[in-house]
Amino acid sequence: MRKTLGLAALAAVLFCGAANAQQINVKIGVLSDMSSLYADIGGPGSVAAAKMAIADFTKDHPNVKVEMISGDHQNKPDIGTQIANQWYDVDKVDMIIDVPNSGVALAVSQVANNKNKVFIVSGAAASDLTGPKCNANTVHWTYDTWMLANGTGTAIVKTGGDTWFFLTSDYAFGHALERDTMAAVEKAGGKVLGKVRHPLNTNDFSSFLLQAQSSKAKVIGLANAGGDTINSIKQAAEFGIVKGGQSLAGLLVFASDVAALGLPTAQGLVLTETWYWDANDANRAWTKRWHEAGAAAGKFPTMIHAGVYAGITHYLKARLAMGPGEHDGKSVVAKMKSISTDDPLFGKGEVRADGRVIHPAYLFEVKKPSESKYPGDFYKLRATIPANEAFRPLNEGKCPLVSG
Amino acid sequence: MIEIFGIPSQALFGQLLIGLINGSFYALLSLGLAVIFGMLNIINFSHGAQYMMGAFAAYLILQYSGLGYWPALIIAPIIVGITGVIVERLFLQWLYKLDHLYGLLLTFGLALIFEGVARNYFGSAGLPYTVPESLQGGRNLGFMFLPNYRAWVIVASLTICIGTWFIIERTRLGAYLRAATENPTLVRAFGINVPRMITLTYGFGVALAAFAGVMAAPIYNVSPQMGSELIIVVFAVVVIGGMGSILGAIITGFGLGVIEGLTKVFFPEASNTVIFVIMAIVLLVRPAGLFGRRT
Repeated sequence: MRKTLGLAALAAVLFCGAANAQQINVKIGVLSDMSSLYADIGGPGSVAAAKMAIADFTKDHPNVKVEMISGDHQNKPDIGTQIANQWYDVDKVDMIIDVPNSGVALAVSQVANNKNKVFIVSGAAASDLTGPKCNANTVHWTYDTWMLANGTGTAIVKTGGDTWFFLTSDYAFGHALERDTMAAVEKAGGKVLGKVRHPLNTNDFSSFLLQAQSSKAKVIGLANAGGDTINSIKQAAEFGIVKGGQSLAGLLVFASDVAALGLPTAQGLVLTETWYWDANDANRAWTKRWHEAGAAAGKFPTMIHAGVYAGITHYLKARLAMGPGEHDGKSVVAKMKSISTDDPLFGKGEVRADGRVIHPAYLFEVKKPSESKYPGDFYKLRATIPANEAFRPLNEGKCPLVSG
Repeated sequence: MIEIFGIPSQALFGQLLIGLINGSFYALLSLGLAVIFGMLNIINFSHGAQYMMGAFAAYLILQYSGLGYWPALIIAPIIVGITGVIVERLFLQWLYKLDHLYGLLLTFGLALIFEGVARNYFGSAGLPYTVPESLQGGRNLGFMFLPNYRAWVIVASLTICIGTWFIIERTRLGAYLRAATENPTLVRAFGINVPRMITLTYGFGVALAAFAGVMAAPIYNVSPQMGSELIIVVFAVVVIGGMGSILGAIITGFGLGVIEGLTKVFFPEASNTVIFVIMAIVLLVRPAGLFGRRT
């Protein structure tokens, strides 16, 4: 009797094991700035986008079980690294996504490489992530500083803004954006007259704007983001910079920044993004669902949120193709590079050998208040940059994976 | 053009003026803190959050009643001051007999709550608030373009600071208040309602913070974290000036604003640390602060 029971139990366990062998278990961590200046461009909105991506994918593929956790890196590389280490080691997270703030992203990229897990960057911009600091565990989605520099920078020089002064955020992102835009400006025939570096999260830009004014440059390039950009633009209006004949180049501006500035202050700004919520019906429908997934009402999704959705979708596609079982980071990323991307938000593109995801970019101009018909109606499309021109050519990046 | 240390004199004077303008914000905020600490012995860590609440109150007053900047300058501090009074009655009055640290912890916790609630409802990118019509534009002073609004900031701040100092140091009401903090029992024996004075003083300090918030709304980003960025610097200012001294807070506020402005010209990357370097030096040399009278 006992032997029969034992055999039956063994059979039950083996049978369960066989059924579970079809199931693919994935754990994803959304690491973002939940409480500080980048919380609107990433933050809880990224968590909502992640929830949507997981729900949409598992609806079509019920044998994939995805668990998601989220965390706040507070824009500090040491905290970001500590969370990444804990997630990869203790919490068995397979993939970390988002991470606005290039300083934190560069640090987490190293952690992912050391632990051989996957890291998909949607929020951070520094092109070094697919340049000298690239590795086989990191995929850089959405955008980067090279794309911004060449989209916005080149367009402005072509319309006559050929002398520049930079107002730069003093950390990895600002330096990268300033470097890439300087290169783009000089390539297009412009000249850089000077630059000033300000600490991250600065309240008052009057002193730096005064230096920009006295440089007499035609264009003041704002190599900063989030609250810093908003303050720079607001205070530039106050100091009569635009009325005095200089123009502002917002090198990284999101729809949430435009909402915070208000159209009267932000009108005329030229910017480059890879996704806009109001560009077509698919994006509008996605935005509606994003609000239902828990994002704050009255806010609009940014391209970073779209990147989180697309990045998770592509990662899950790769995991599905690889089947159940443990897979190390490098092999999953290699799989992601072998499948071309085709998602409802960014369209067709691919993950390159250096980890860079390429898709089309769009040059937008902020509408005048009279041209805006409803809340969130911010941009008009000036130009579309095809995918293979929008991002830095593969052989120019100095990525060890490519030249090696 | 004369050059001083490699910077054209025109640019230097412009930066000095801007430093003075920033100094007026530091002075206004540190005045509120100095009043609360000097009079009540409470380390009010929620000062930054109350500054933020002043700015948000101005925005909400505009949204819901259409009243603009000038009415908000009076209404917002009153509203936030009343919340300060409520906080004092509900929480702070139990902590006077205890170590300073408890007041610090409580107000710090309150600051986190206020910020979190604001972030939950409004997001962190910020809200738009424009400079009032009558103060828009500016004048070209030759060495720089001075926006009218910034000139108004200096004038208003100086007026409020000098007015507050006068009330506390030179009027009978101020004398009662200073006596009440030194020896509450004796003052009570004279028939003066000490607890009410303390409550109103806290409310006044909070209202000062909110006033600074309304002044900041048109030029700085109205976001939930606007206070936490500023409060650390303001504490450094108060410590340098001397925790109990009203005059010290005002003079140090303006002075440090100018020093920070000069740092932004010569070494901009250090501009958010120079005040702390000065604080460290002052604490080593004069632990009570430059004007402090407590040992």
